[in-house]
Amino acid sequence: MANETFEELAETFEFLDDWEDRYRHVIDMGKAFAPLDEAFKVPATKVEGCASQVWLVTSFDGQGPDAVLGFQGASDAMIVQGLIAVLHALYAGLTAKEVGEVDALAELGRLGLNDHLSAQRSNGLRAMLARIQENAAIEAAR
Amino acid sequence: MYDVNAIRAQFPILSRDVNGKPLTYLDNGASAQKPQVVIDAITQAYSQEYSNVHRGLHFLSNLATDKYESVRGIVQRFLNAPHEDDIIFTSGTTEAINLIAYSWAMPRMQAGDEIVLSIMEHHANIVPWHFLRERMGVVIKWVDCAPDGSFDAQAMIDAMGPKTKLVAVTQMSNVTGTRVDVKAICHAAREKGIASLVDGSQGAVHGPVDVQDLGCDFYPITGHKLYGPSGSGAIYVHPDRQAEMRPFLGGGDMIDTVGRDTVTYNKPPMKFEAGTPGIVQTIGMGVALDWLMQIGMDNIAKHEAEITRYAAAKLQSLNWLQVQGTTADKGAIFSFTMEGAHAHDLSTVLDKRGVAVRAGSHCAMPLMEHMGVTATCRASFAMYNTKDEVDTLVSALELCHDLFA
Repeated sequence: MANETFEELAETFEFLDDWEDRYRHVIDMGKAFAPLDEAFKVPATKVEGCASQVWLVTSFDGQGPDAVLGFQGASDAMIVQGLIAVLHALYAGLTAKEVGEVDALAELGRLGLNDHLSAQRSNGLRAMLARIQENAAIEAAR
Repeated sequence: MYDVNAIRAQFPILSRDVNGKPLTYLDNGASAQKPQVVIDAITQAYSQEYSNVHRGLHFLSNLATDKYESVRGIVQRFLNAPHEDDIIFTSGTTEAINLIAYSWAMPRMQAGDEIVLSIMEHHANIVPWHFLRERMGVVIKWVDCAPDGSFDAQAMIDAMGPKTKLVAVTQMSNVTGTRVDVKAICHAAREKGIASLVDGSQGAVHGPVDVQDLGCDFYPITGHKLYGPSGSGAIYVHPDRQAEMRPFLGGGDMIDTVGRDTVTYNKPPMKFEAGTPGIVQTIGMGVALDWLMQIGMDNIAKHEAEITRYAAAKLQSLNWLQVQGTTADKGAIFSFTMEGAHAHDLSTVLDKRGVAVRAGSHCAMPLMEHMGVTATCRASFAMYNTKDEVDTLVSALELCHDLFA
């Protein structure tokens, strides 16, 4: 299950049949995504395993499994910045418990961005997913 | 007449599609594709002529040994080395330079001694010398290049002082394509009694090499960039330097006799080749070098010079693209950045158009820092690339500009 924002996004992507338009959309999402305050770009928020630089900051409204996820992020690569915006659409607003129930790879596969999903790809989408899921799992266990 | 299409036809992989587009392979600086003769040689070796080398007396062992050992003479001719015993087989340039660091440099250097390097070296010609710096207090002296990528050989010669024991320099930068006047450097070094290592990882791929004319003491090459198999390579070592080297890796093949408390070593070059070597890789490298010599390295150099001129004019006319390294006589290697886009953004979009380039620091972090960039895209051309492929690259870059600007 994904949230409504993501369902809308998936619908939009259904109408984009070639990769160029899908990339253009992802890049535009990245450009429109709120920039991350420089103060947050610290080792603790940096996601290792990405070829470009990536920072993710998660926060929770409330506590425990029902706490609601919010996050910010940034990358110096524009496609990755766009992927962060896609992840935001996928996860933001879900509870910590719900985050754990999302089949992220299947959901992202619906966008036709499959070539970013293989484990070997160095753009770090998997590393970003792992960071979000890990932080949500910690919160859900509180 | 150099028929690039006939040459392309010999590389099966060049006719495949990538992401629904014809492959435009411009990552040759990282590794080159293999012609059919090399692929066939590998198949032939494994299917008909394989055994371990140097140790059996049976038919296949003798056959494999003959095939393997004949490559020494091929490398000797390729580099115009005086004797085939001057050629030591390695797994590539990295192992070759580590060999020199451990075998030759470590036993004869002490704290305060200097190694002079250019800022354009790739990590294989940096990190082994860092080992000597870390462990022995050897000092690394760096010689910078100019903002346009040009390199002043005289500055390197001037940097060699009374404590300098070795100068190690690339013949061609793997990032900017800059050619270095290594001959002037090696001759000056020899006059001062300083040993010289010329890293031929890129240089040997793009033109004829004559180690006697260069006057170098060490010249490593790597097979996989020379259209041969990965895991193959060799280094020319001047006989005087070879006599000064102690063994590096210990094991089979490099010994004469082994007792409980004694060991004696094989004669060079085998003294420096421990264990079962990359038998088939080396045989494949020999076939690749032979094939290159038949075509003629000067013919390849001419073709690539034409591609380089064409690509330089095209790429430098894109005013939103920053090309690193613009010297007139550079090799067919182009690094570039685009304002507003990361190198990985560019390579991702280029890949969608079937264009393979490298993105990142190209194993040359000191140079990247010197140029003030964290990552670049690099298009590196080879003997089989065409002007049409330059156009494909430019058109894909225009799409990048459209997407990211």
